Amino acid sequence: MIDLSRSSWVVAPLSDTETTDADAPQALPGDGLREGIVDDLRQRIGDALIDSHIVPNDDLFVRVATDSWADTAGALKTAGFTWFSFLSAIDWMPSPYGKGEEDPTVEKEPIDMTIKQGVCGGETRMQVFARLTDLDRHVGITIKADVPDDKPVVDSWTGSFAGANWHERECHEMFGIGFNGHPDLRNMYLPGEFEGHPMKKDFPLLARMVKPWPGIVDVEPMPVQDEEEAGGDES
Amino acid sequence: MISALAVEIPYWGQSIFRVVGGLVAVLLPAGGIVYLFLFKMMSFMQSRLGPMEAGPYGSMQLLAEVGKWMQKEDIAPDNADKPIFKIAPLVVLLSTFLLIVVVPFGPDAVFADFDTGVFYFLAVGSISVLGILIAGWASANKYSLLGGLRAAGQLIAYELPMVLATLGVVIQAESMNLNRIIEVQNTGAIFGFGGLGNPFILTQFVGFLIFMIAVQAELTQAPFDMPIAESELVSGYMTEYTGFRFLIFFIAEFATAGVFAFIASVLFLGGWGVPFDWFGWSNIDDVDWWMNIVGPVIMATKMFALVGIIMWVRFSYPRFREDQLQTFAWKFLIPVSLANIAVTAILKVAI
Amino acid sequence: MMSDRQQLSYIASQAADARLNVELETEGMTLNIGPQHPATHGTLRIIARLDGEQVIWAEPSAGYMHRGYEKLTEVRTFPQVTTLINRIDWLGSFANEVPFILAAEKLMEIEAPPRAQVIRTILFELSRIANVSLFLGDLGVQMGAITPVFLAFRDREYVLNLIEGATGGRFHPNFDRIGGLKDDLPKGWIDETKQVMKKLIGFCDEIEDLLFGNEIFQSRMRGIGVIPADIAKEYGLSGANLRASGVDYDLRRDQDIALSYDKADFKVWTHPDGDSWARCWIRLQETRESCKIVQQLIEQIPAGPVMTKVPRIIKVPEGEAYVSTENPLGEMGYYVVSKGDLGPFRVKIRSASFNNISITPWVLKGVYVPDIITILASLYFILGDIDR
Repeated sequence: MIDLSRSSWVVAPLSDTETTDADAPQALPGDGLREGIVDDLRQRIGDALIDSHIVPNDDLFVRVATDSWADTAGALKTAGFTWFSFLSAIDWMPSPYGKGEEDPTVEKEPIDMTIKQGVCGGETRMQVFARLTDLDRHVGITIKADVPDDKPVVDSWTGSFAGANWHERECHEMFGIGFNGHPDLRNMYLPGEFEGHPMKKDFPLLARMVKPWPGIVDVEPMPVQDEEEAGGDES
Repeated sequence: MISALAVEIPYWGQSIFRVVGGLVAVLLPAGGIVYLFLFKMMSFMQSRLGPMEAGPYGSMQLLAEVGKWMQKEDIAPDNADKPIFKIAPLVVLLSTFLLIVVVPFGPDAVFADFDTGVFYFLAVGSISVLGILIAGWASANKYSLLGGLRAAGQLIAYELPMVLATLGVVIQAESMNLNRIIEVQNTGAIFGFGGLGNPFILTQFVGFLIFMIAVQAELTQAPFDMPIAESELVSGYMTEYTGFRFLIFFIAEFATAGVFAFIASVLFLGGWGVPFDWFGWSNIDDVDWWMNIVGPVIMATKMFALVGIIMWVRFSYPRFREDQLQTFAWKFLIPVSLANIAVTAILKVAI
Repeated sequence: MMSDRQQLSYIASQAADARLNVELETEGMTLNIGPQHPATHGTLRIIARLDGEQVIWAEPSAGYMHRGYEKLTEVRTFPQVTTLINRIDWLGSFANEVPFILAAEKLMEIEAPPRAQVIRTILFELSRIANVSLFLGDLGVQMGAITPVFLAFRDREYVLNLIEGATGGRFHPNFDRIGGLKDDLPKGWIDETKQVMKKLIGFCDEIEDLLFGNEIFQSRMRGIGVIPADIAKEYGLSGANLRASGVDYDLRRDQDIALSYDKADFKVWTHPDGDSWARCWIRLQETRESCKIVQQLIEQIPAGPVMTKVPRIIKVPEGEAYVSTENPLGEMGYYVVSKGDLGPFRVKIRSASFNNISITPWVLKGVYVPDIITILASLYFILGDIDR
């Protein structure tokens, strides 16, 4: 768990600007607000809430079971999180191609390919994650769920949030994740016949594969120098 | 026809003179309007300078534009109905030339002096609708089709206010002959004071406003430029035209503006004349022959003033939506113009 | 009235037709607006099925400008990403860098010094003014009034000169750094800013007179494209679009991040109607508010360094953070996943226009063709923001 100390941050008093109503809901001081949200969610979806991580006075992450991905959306919507921010996925596998910045004449070191998920853990290579905001209490929440490795399909959020339509289309096209119940799952950006899912880590970034990265100096030996003096000078 | 000059010009000479005169009367105003208003006035209103390179202060820009358009390739879309596609701009320009025939530039400087001049020009002025409609249809382009259909609806709708506004003038002048209308205006008197004549703009101010609005719509200028609607339809019915044909559309747009302004100045501002009181003439036969030379200059001045107003409104206002435009014509302009006719008739009989 | 899901599946079936043969003229006419078109702010393509002049359904087809930013960030170091994300919303481009830098600073647990925070906020608001003043001019052009746009460009030049004076770049400043700013302000910049803000407030008044007071403009905009508040929230509309539907939410006031909005007094404008007129009007008022914010903040720049002590090679510790700010187009946020490397592991760019335009199929049903342009103009998108 990462502890981000907030002592040096300025907390803006919410009641100093002109437009705040006297009876507009104020955020509770301290951590009680986010703890309360997690408890409320646990009451609504029970065991499906696998893990949560609170950054005090700052942010809130939860992870839910894959089966209740869509239910969580509905539960959070009734709990007050009515504003849909985004929905996407993370591929936790490190890229097998590296960054394409190494000198191609030098032998590459093997890359550590262990999959290590981030905040709130996880068990699969890919996770979907989404973000909602409660406009009245001024709280945002990030919800994650695992995507099964063998059959990457989760439920669609379009039942609760109509705006998830486009986000799920993009996620499907970029990561190859299917969404049950999505009315029209077709490509968002890429042409219909595009093969592959570009945001997955095993889909190479072609620009770096085709041409050595120009930032590597002295890959080409200087014309007048001996070839022994040429060599990689990695920056 | 110029008998005052006491020179017998053979008939073929007269015909050439008329043809050249017609071309000049149409193209020179168009050129002047384009340079003065489109290039310069619009630029100054938009806090920029306009064309400055071609010639001193950009005065040769028009020639450069004409040369540019004329040397372009003559392209017609594959699916277009080619004969009709090619005729459409000519039809639009045809109506302009037909209109200029009846406009008087001086007591004798008129190509054809019809007794029913008003009727003629109202009828002929709607030929351009045909041209626009067939341009839109024959382009085989959905944008053009939309533009053409919008144009048809709009131009037909705004013919009526124009006709009804003109009727007020006809009632007051008791004649459809354009020269007679000018004579009545310039020999008239306002409450006995003959110094200003009696330009119909003073008594027919409602008619004048309606006529100018209808002219704005007939020319498909903003705020009535739905048919062109540059931000939606690219160029509306003109989208597929390029080269010489586009030049014809372009010229036709501004030439028609000029001609309609000529007619408006005839109907409402006293045409080629100054109040006859200034020179002691009492009717049109008294007018000296030099009025045939000065008359066009006076007409040009009045025409530029009116076109200036048309262009000014064009550069300022956003455009109406098609249904708002139609509502404006049918539910507002036509009843008002009918009321104008009624009041004119009553006052004509009573006073 | 069909439910939203039925509407969605109807649109989907029609869009499937459209994909097959866009020129098929069965009942109604299928019209392609764009991708090359004078009206759309870039290469947005809208496929509309029309019945005469009325839209039966309309579906935007994005992706003509997709540059793959999220993939590109994975091979860059943190300072290099700033250059990239400048170009997402290219009209107010300083504003794009700020949430990313704040997210990286949050993960590194550092904070920019107060002087840098205030200058960041000032530049943020200047980019908002630059962006929205172009919007106000462009609004006229979409409606057919060709003159206000020149006034907008003329007055926007002053703001761009200011931004160039401080950062060196008119359009892509690339000025924000993790831990502060690249440089301090040049001499005379503060006085010039005060002058320019007066000019910009004058410009807002001028546009209000010229454009917003025009009866034709009002009749084109009022009552068109009404979006109720709950639909707006479901689709994730943000910025002026959300506030035009009556939702009182502004990230400048409602969240505490390391920008200096608490030092300035400003009003958050909302409008109950939710139509195109409300959206445009709110942006006009917000531009004036931005000028006032800048005028207040420019008096309060504290002395001090503009950069904290950061290591020369920046490695952001492991973690995830999401920071979003009230950008000119709406709410823009970056979800940064870092693994302790030189560069991010994954950056999810939450861009405002993507959500703003996703509402288009819903809102464009049954409107007239000219209203498509009006509604899109009032929703205000930048292609780079939709397509990233």
